[in-house]
Amino acid sequence: MAKEIKATEEQIAYAKLLDLGMKLGLLALVIMFTIYLTGIFTPHIPLTDVSKYWGLSVHKYLEVTNIPHGWGWLGMIGKGDFLNFTGIAFLAGVTILCYIRIIPILFKKKDTVYGALAILEVLVLVLAASGILKSGGH
Amino acid sequence: MLRRYSKVLLVVTVIVAALVMSGSVFASTEAAAAPVAAGSSMPWWGWPLILFVVTFVLGIVAVLGGVGGGVLFVPIIGGFFPFHLDFVRGAGLLVALAGALAAGPGLLKKGMADLRLAIPVALIASSSAIVGAMVGLALPQDVVQKALGATILGIVAIMIMAKKSEYPEVKQADALSTALRINGIYHEVSTGQDVNWKIHKTPLGLALFIIIGIMAGMFGLGAGWANVPVLNLLMGAPLKVSVATSKFLLSITDTSAAWIYVNNGAVLPMMVVPSIIGIMLGSIVGVRILAKAKPTAIRYMVIGLLLFAGARALLKGFGI
Repeated sequence: MAKEIKATEEQIAYAKLLDLGMKLGLLALVIMFTIYLTGIFTPHIPLTDVSKYWGLSVHKYLEVTNIPHGWGWLGMIGKGDFLNFTGIAFLAGVTILCYIRIIPILFKKKDTVYGALAILEVLVLVLAASGILKSGGH
Repeated sequence: MLRRYSKVLLVVTVIVAALVMSGSVFASTEAAAAPVAAGSSMPWWGWPLILFVVTFVLGIVAVLGGVGGGVLFVPIIGGFFPFHLDFVRGAGLLVALAGALAAGPGLLKKGMADLRLAIPVALIASSSAIVGAMVGLALPQDVVQKALGATILGIVAIMIMAKKSEYPEVKQADALSTALRINGIYHEVSTGQDVNWKIHKTPLGLALFIIIGIMAGMFGLGAGWANVPVLNLLMGAPLKVSVATSKFLLSITDTSAAWIYVNNGAVLPMMVVPSIIGIMLGSIVGVRILAKAKPTAIRYMVIGLLLFAGARALLKGFGI
């Protein structure tokens, strides 16, 4: 009988949380988008006007629509279009949660190098998510 | 049965191509007429609906052609839709991210994707992807278009020329991979064998992931096309481990780049959500067709599509 090969404890823990987070994120994305389309919450940019802006560069788009950078969208979460960002941010945050989940497992196994690498990865992803890093205009 | 699937796929592709071509004529005419914002004579839901249909087809084609959705999404949507490349790249990253997040759990649980291999590589690629995303958003569109076109044509060359090795020969693991204990065993279902693997040339491989990360962030392409050759041909990981780890890696690399696009406003829900749903539904259908389709023929179709889209991006970059 072939011997059963099992993934490591941290790999399984990562996979389980990723599975749950991915499903919740996709579900949130679909629900929020449906709410956006139904117009239950008035969008910042009316649905009929979105096509006027999608051909603009992002810098011009933010300028003419008066949309803030970074996490400024949180202040506009009552608008139908910005409600979608909760699902998008959740999907983009799942990996950070997965890394945080495996850090104690790695240290418990005295795998200090990988524990440190996982902490570094969390810091990199949090830096990217923080909104501190802004791109110059073009 | 096979013929029926092929015909259906061909008909759908032709219809979608016709829709996109006619739409892009509208888009370019109006863009020329209006100096700032080009509206569309189509109803507001027209382009998102076409986007959904096209990404659905791309989802099928990507699975059958053995490529990621992102690498098809950015050049094709960027080349033939009226959306600015900034938003296309933001959507492309989220499309690739969603696909990688969906595939990740299964690949990890089965032990196909390897976390020990992925963690150091991901740290380098995700850090570089941040730089790539910031540079990509700061550069003028024509420069990005030219670079994107050249990159897509380079990917075509890699797809045509790069060989694959099921089980590359690694005589001795290098010092770094030994210290990091990057090795493993996976069960090959087709032969019933357990395959022991180790890697070599780790420092060079990690250095190449700096470039891969920058390109992934800059163009929003995903990076499976580059991950797999480096992991498999250079570092010597078995092909299946390389493909699975590459797919999982995208969930980390694209996360960091996606945040830069989100925080800089380059994400439009009206583009992102239909694209993600379309490509995921397409992938599900693609997996069902996969067993009956001719992968080689589809792969040539993907190469043809990329060649066309890459040339289009290059020409757009030169204002032609």
